[in-house]
Amino acid sequence: MSKPKVAFYWCASCGGCEETVVDLAEDILGVVEKVDIVLWPVAMDFKYKDVEAMPDKSILATLLNGAIRSTEQEEMARLLRRKSQYMIAYGACAHLGGIPGLANQFTREHILKFNYEDGPSMANDKKTRPQLVTEDNGRTPRLPALTNVVRSLDQVVEVDYYVPGCPPTPKITRAAVTALLENRLPPKGSVIAPDIALCDECPRKATKPANISFREFKRPHQALMDPQKCFLAQGVVCMGPSTRSGCEAACISGGMPCTGCFGPTSRVRDQGLKIMSSLCSNIEPKDEQGISAVIQGIPDPIGTFYRYGLAKSLLRRKVNLPTD
Amino acid sequence: MNIMETRKNEPVRIGFYVCHCGVNIAHMVDVEAVAKYVATLPNVVVSRNYKYMCSDPGQEMIQKDIREQRLNRVVVAACSPLLHEHTFRGATEAGGLNPFYFQMVNIREHNSWVHTDRLEATRKAMALARAAIQRVPHHKPLEVKKVPINPDVLIVGGGIAGIHAAITMANAGKKVYLVEKEPSIGGHMAMFDKTFPTLDCAMCVLSPKMATVGSHPNITLWTYSEVVKVDGYVGNFKVTVRRKPRYIIEDLCTGCQECVANCVYKEPKFPDAFNLGLGKRKPVYMPFAQAIPSIAIIDPEVCLNFKRGKNPDGSYTVSDKCKKLCVVACGDRKAIDFSQKAEDKEITVGTIIMATGFKTFDPRRTPYYGYGVYPNVYTALELERVINASGPTEGHLVMRNGKEPKRVAIVHCVGSRDENTNRWCSRVCCLYSLKLAHLILEHTDAEVYNFYIDMRTPGKSMEEFYNRVAEEGMHLVRGRVADVYPDPNDTASGRLIVQAEDTLTNRILKIPVDMVVLSVGLEPRPEAEDLRRLFNLSCSSEGWFLERHPKLAPVSTFTDGIFLAGCCQGPKDIPDSVAQAGAAAAEAFSLIDKGYVEQEPNTAFVLAEECSGCKSCIPLCPYTAISFNEETKKAFINEALCKGCGTCVAACPSGSIVQNLFEDQEIFSEIDGVLAPLPQ
Ligand SMILES: Cc1cc2nc3c(=O)[nH]c(=O)nc-3n(C[C@H](O)[C@H](O)[C@H](O)COP(=O)(O)OP(=O)(O)OC[C@H]3O[C@@H](n4cnc5c(N)ncnc54)[C@H](O)[C@@H]3O)c2cc1C
Ligand code: SF4
Ligand code: SF4
Repeated sequence: MSKPKVAFYWCASCGGCEETVVDLAEDILGVVEKVDIVLWPVAMDFKYKDVEAMPDKSILATLLNGAIRSTEQEEMARLLRRKSQYMIAYGACAHLGGIPGLANQFTREHILKFNYEDGPSMANDKKTRPQLVTEDNGRTPRLPALTNVVRSLDQVVEVDYYVPGCPPTPKITRAAVTALLENRLPPKGSVIAPDIALCDECPRKATKPANISFREFKRPHQALMDPQKCFLAQGVVCMGPSTRSGCEAACISGGMPCTGCFGPTSRVRDQGLKIMSSLCSNIEPKDEQGISAVIQGIPDPIGTFYRYGLAKSLLRRKVNLPTD
Repeated sequence: MNIMETRKNEPVRIGFYVCHCGVNIAHMVDVEAVAKYVATLPNVVVSRNYKYMCSDPGQEMIQKDIREQRLNRVVVAACSPLLHEHTFRGATEAGGLNPFYFQMVNIREHNSWVHTDRLEATRKAMALARAAIQRVPHHKPLEVKKVPINPDVLIVGGGIAGIHAAITMANAGKKVYLVEKEPSIGGHMAMFDKTFPTLDCAMCVLSPKMATVGSHPNITLWTYSEVVKVDGYVGNFKVTVRRKPRYIIEDLCTGCQECVANCVYKEPKFPDAFNLGLGKRKPVYMPFAQAIPSIAIIDPEVCLNFKRGKNPDGSYTVSDKCKKLCVVACGDRKAIDFSQKAEDKEITVGTIIMATGFKTFDPRRTPYYGYGVYPNVYTALELERVINASGPTEGHLVMRNGKEPKRVAIVHCVGSRDENTNRWCSRVCCLYSLKLAHLILEHTDAEVYNFYIDMRTPGKSMEEFYNRVAEEGMHLVRGRVADVYPDPNDTASGRLIVQAEDTLTNRILKIPVDMVVLSVGLEPRPEAEDLRRLFNLSCSSEGWFLERHPKLAPVSTFTDGIFLAGCCQGPKDIPDSVAQAGAAAAEAFSLIDKGYVEQEPNTAFVLAEECSGCKSCIPLCPYTAISFNEETKKAFINEALCKGCGTCVAACPSGSIVQNLFEDQEIFSEIDGVLAPLPQ
């Protein structure tokens, strides 16, 4: 019996997700033994045409990381979808749009202009921008186009499973791969992580008071933090209450609050809205002035509450930004 | 319920009914087009329109369809759920379904009554109907729970309305707590000499009722007290009442007033609030002769034994500087206690009657009448005191300068029916103005001028009363008074000129008078807004407590178990206040007598597996229904306490609280339905 075929691919991502696969360390060898890797651009040399030549559904699973923000990524996502039995959104960007999804606050023009003209580190007097088609010594190299919005993988192709995290922890990755290889898969569409919020496994849980009420919000660098005490109890925004657990509270143990990379539980459509309505309900002042004084402590609400989830949220994108 | 369990896996079969509401809906919404459109939607088996869905034939139609067409969901597009949700849930249940498989669409208040474009209104009705059609498949069978009612009643405000309600309930054997913020009950009526239309002595009818309240074994009377906290819900309100210190121990005081007689102040020196500052009292005093309870009170602002001025916490510091002759006089009764502190009492009651009354309009807001500037300008309430046999002048109608007026002008509608002050008619002012004119004529030889805009005397015996007193020789001038100013020809006597246009003769009148009486209107009390919040009531735009329905539920409020009586709901006379108090008592009684309240099953519950124990929800519930289970480390909602406000549902950051009838699936489907494109 031939080994099951597995593909890894990356789209708009930082490469951290690839790193976790490598981080499986010895375990990766076990995986490699059991499967045939048919595509892994970061580590092995395969070409587009190799994949194209494969029969449809001949790959057992593709683990795709990164958001979709260019025509090339979209094309690859569609191709791999066709060739695979399971499409697995791997990591926060494929799952939710991730950090690249924050670009949906701006138009494409705004982003290009800043990055190629206005950015403070820019030295581009001719204001040259990447061209889709250029002429160069008789060759016509083409570049993929940036789409107007950043999308999560499931906003482009059907996704069977999600492995959350920025990046997914080795433990979560191992669980997903094992489930796949042992064919013990949960219902289609599941996020492979516990469906309970992080507080559940947080080592600081017991220190959260029952009557939390916020008189101010601070950012972690603005205060001397008590390393034992619930961040929220110290007035620091922690996304834990609205974020799936499964990371074993890695950030908390490292002395930083949760930023929400595992995304919401299955019961929540918009992680940012949920944490906002939770925190805001518990703001102590009840008058407009008092409330705005408290929320002054959160200068970047989108970056705070939607750090990973903007593309997939109900807010989704800047008003009137075209959908593709 | 069982029926539904067995049908669980059956396909959804919806019956849809759109009501004409006579022409109320049909004139603006093409009901036939709506029914036709809905018939094309998924899961819809029957789609009909009918003239009056709430009528018996309308309801029977639903029941018949349920049986014959094997419907398992019902949607009615008609008026507000407030009016008829109950009716149609009943019809659904009578047809053999769980009543919560019903969904109502409001296309009257939200649609036909507020739109003018028939095409658009019809399209809106379609969109709203589709929202319900998409929502209702997600409905689940629910059960109405019965929660026992605490039979005790709280009545807030001891004016005539509160007094009457208290006695009615107490006579029926219910335990009543009557909370009055002043040192005595009686309200405004206790200040009047006589009352229209009968002209009987106000105190003669009121004081026996006050005494009954004071001695009734079923009434706990807490005067000089205020409600500071209300928790809970119908049948089970937890109320905290703050009893302010009167520095006299109620149980020990016999009302002999020897303390008052022996106070180091030999003469009364301080303005007497009950007499609106027209008389004087001592630091220790009895609010008025017939006060109930008949217990003295010490005013720490002026009593020598206290330091001047309140501490930040509202208490006063004993200076011990006085000889305390009052204590000596009180002797063995030992009723005086300078160290008394405010005391909070917690009670549980099942129902509440609000009877906090009104305040009179402050005529300083209409400066052209000169109130507060010219000493001979009085408010009607002040005149009530001056003319009252137990008032500051013992019933002699004399002005501040000690003289009897020869000519008196009574100005109607002060602060009322005016764009710049209050728009409403205060309903009692014309009548009490006539009453006061009559009393002036009875007490003096003065000439009396009544300046009115319209003479409004509706109500039983009122027009007769008007005819009767109008013949007594008063001048009735139809015209709004524009100005009151000192007589330039006679500056010494304090004489005033009242200027008005007589709209019957079209003449400008300038009438010299000695005394001007301003018939001030009735206004919501300034603290009504605080009370509204405390008791979770609604107010009309003017600030009166809002009744649930002006015709069908005139003494109920939007908070179950809280009822309204008297002028806190709007201006009215004593007969109407008493009638309303009786009605409020009857409503409260009918709830209590039933023994339980049915609880809407729209309660929230925590998904125990999924709750992360983040505690975000714990402090939020306005009904303190949520607690944290220290063993399981999860939140828990006491269903009996939950009122279904949804606060916690929105706030749970991991979506682990679900509310019956408002599950995410239901709401999102509804939103999808309302936003879905309609056929052109
Ligand atoms: C000048 C004048 C003359 C009138 N003459 C007549 C007449 O001749 N005949 C007639 O039928 N009507 C007359 N009326 C109308 C009459 O006054 C009212 O109909 C009647 O007083 C209404 O009674 P009530 O109990 O609703 O309110 P109120 O008399 O205002 O009593 C309310 C009571 O509630 C208490 N209270 C308020 N807030 C609180 C609180 N937060 N906690 C506890 N207690 C509180 C107040 O201290 C007061 O004791 C006259 C009105 C005026 C202004
Ligand atoms: S819905 Fe939640 S907050 Fe509202 S009453 Fe129920 S338990 Fe309390
Ligand atoms: S807010 Fe939600 S997760 Fe947090 S304790 Fe309450 S029910 Fe549990």
